[in-house]
Amino acid sequence: MIRFIVKGLLRDHHRSLFPILIVTIGVWITVFFQAYLNGVFGELVDTTARFSTGHVKIMTRAYAENQDQRPNDLALMETDKISLELQQQYPDMTWVQRIQFGGLLDIPDVNGETRSQGPVFGMGVDLFNSESGETNRLNIEKSIVSGRMPKKPGEILISDKLAEKLNIEINEPATLLGSTMYGSTTFYNFKVVGTIRFGITAMDRGAMIADITDIQLALDMQNACGEILGYLPDGVYNHEKSELITNQFNAGYLKSNDEFAPTMATLQSSGGLSEYMDMVDYFSESIVFIFIFVMSIVLWNAGLLGGLRRYGEVGVRLAIGEQKGHIYRSLIYESVFIGLIGSIFGTIIGLGCAYWLQTQGLDISSMMKNINMMFPAVIRAKITPETYYIGFIPGFVSTILGTALSGIGIYKRQTAQLFKELET
Amino acid sequence: MKKILFFMICSAFLFGEEELISADEILKKIDDNTIAGNRSATLTMVIHGRRGDRTMTLKSWVEGSEKSFSEYLAPAREKGTKMLKLSDQLWMYSPQSDRVIRIAGHMLRQSMMGSDFSYEDVMEDRSLSEIYKAETLGSEFIFERDCWIIELKAITEDITYFSRKIWVDKERLLPLKEFRYAKSGKLLKKTEIIETFKLEDRWYPKHIIFKDELSKNKGTELIFDAIEFDAEIPPHIFSKAALRK
Repeated sequence: MIRFIVKGLLRDHHRSLFPILIVTIGVWITVFFQAYLNGVFGELVDTTARFSTGHVKIMTRAYAENQDQRPNDLALMETDKISLELQQQYPDMTWVQRIQFGGLLDIPDVNGETRSQGPVFGMGVDLFNSESGETNRLNIEKSIVSGRMPKKPGEILISDKLAEKLNIEINEPATLLGSTMYGSTTFYNFKVVGTIRFGITAMDRGAMIADITDIQLALDMQNACGEILGYLPDGVYNHEKSELITNQFNAGYLKSNDEFAPTMATLQSSGGLSEYMDMVDYFSESIVFIFIFVMSIVLWNAGLLGGLRRYGEVGVRLAIGEQKGHIYRSLIYESVFIGLIGSIFGTIIGLGCAYWLQTQGLDISSMMKNINMMFPAVIRAKITPETYYIGFIPGFVSTILGTALSGIGIYKRQTAQLFKELET
Repeated sequence: MKKILFFMICSAFLFGEEELISADEILKKIDDNTIAGNRSATLTMVIHGRRGDRTMTLKSWVEGSEKSFSEYLAPAREKGTKMLKLSDQLWMYSPQSDRVIRIAGHMLRQSMMGSDFSYEDVMEDRSLSEIYKAETLGSEFIFERDCWIIELKAITEDITYFSRKIWVDKERLLPLKEFRYAKSGKLLKKTEIIETFKLEDRWYPKHIIFKDELSKNKGTELIFDAIEFDAEIPPHIFSKAALRK
């Protein structure tokens, strides 16, 4: 019977081409949007984790209250002890100390007077200890545009745009003008050994990367740091796991009233991504639902049109004694075939487009001049195992639903009226 | 009855005297009292931060309202740090980096050495009467001194504090208490002079408490340990070359 139905569909283009086309377009859009959202959202979470929040982040309570301002005067102290305890308590995780700071980078002329000056958003990371994995995590080596990686204390990298703005050459000195942990103004001399471009607008505007030991000396933060970031063993953010670790850690300090007691937060809460993540989940589900709904209506309509066109055919089939249920089922089988073919075509085209966006990317840096989020300047799609089958859900469901709705008309046909109808 | 009559006469006399002097004239007198010629001073600055207190000592030389030079004497980390202000420009020198850097732009709004003062606060060299219009709101006793309450409203655009409320000692012409506000009406800074001293016929602040209301710090105390008026200050002090010496 299935062979008979398939042959019928292939021979009658009016019954197959239009519905298959609609299903293909719908599935194509669903597959592409799923990969697009995956890419944009995944990249945002990944970038935020790598550059800003880790999967979990430890700060003092006072620092956490104003963490956007990077208040290093409220930083964690005795961090070597805290790090050691964390390593013992969660040995599978990677723990790294970071200091984020703001300041001015001043470039001297030959007389030591200010030649140029610009604001920097700096990050002190463990560059010289290969076990920390910070160089790879921040993709520093691959982001170098000119010059080289810092090899010894006192050497820094600055963003390529900043170097251009300050008109500074590689190996020239630069003085950081900032505030120590105790609020005093500090001047600290560095040597710029390379320029970088991360592809993140907020960083590329005025980033400065230095070894954490240098920054501890510059900002008078010996055995102190702003944040300790923790990364899960597989390097992928898992909210449930992160929340479990966070709750365990914070339980140890529940009785403390000290505003400088450490507190842990997950990426979702410390990165301000909680609402955003919920929103993206909601959008992903909504897109699939909307396509199922809209396509069901379209295919219902197509089914009604087809039903009208096939009014005579159904009438004849009923008149020669075919059961209503049998006709209804045969229409459903047809829709399964249409859904399958449309979903396959739609998925192939959708995957093709998603693959193009995944490899080529779309440069949106011109739209992000004033954005301070850790958002990549080039957005890319990301094909996941889900991308391969997500299109089949609306492809099948809406086609079958549409046919099921339009096919109800079969049951409304009165056998007694058939010959009368056929005569006209 | 005699007492009431005496009180009424005194009140009328006092009221009449207050009426004789306008708020703008009071402001002018404050300016005359505070902007002196040359002076050098040794000061102690106690910064009450959230993590504890820090004490700094510094020596400063001032010529009029446009030139000043200061050098930090303690603690060790700050020792040798110097600041030079010439009109609307400010330079800092740090012995650790051996660099002279001009403080400009948004850095001027930053806290000076972690205190409740911003660089902008120390940069302001215009007299009050030049930038504010004054209005007397009434009188009040604070720190056991009879004070006028005066409201100042900015008459220029380029100003850090849009309005101020000051309590001026009627006799000593010193603003003993001051609230500084943003244009929105938000209180930004509070100042209190809790101790004064008299030299010749003038009164000067000895111990000032300054509080940045936007910061969670507990305030900064500024104590004048020694002050010399009409001091002889070598002209080279107010030059960038003096910063490196």
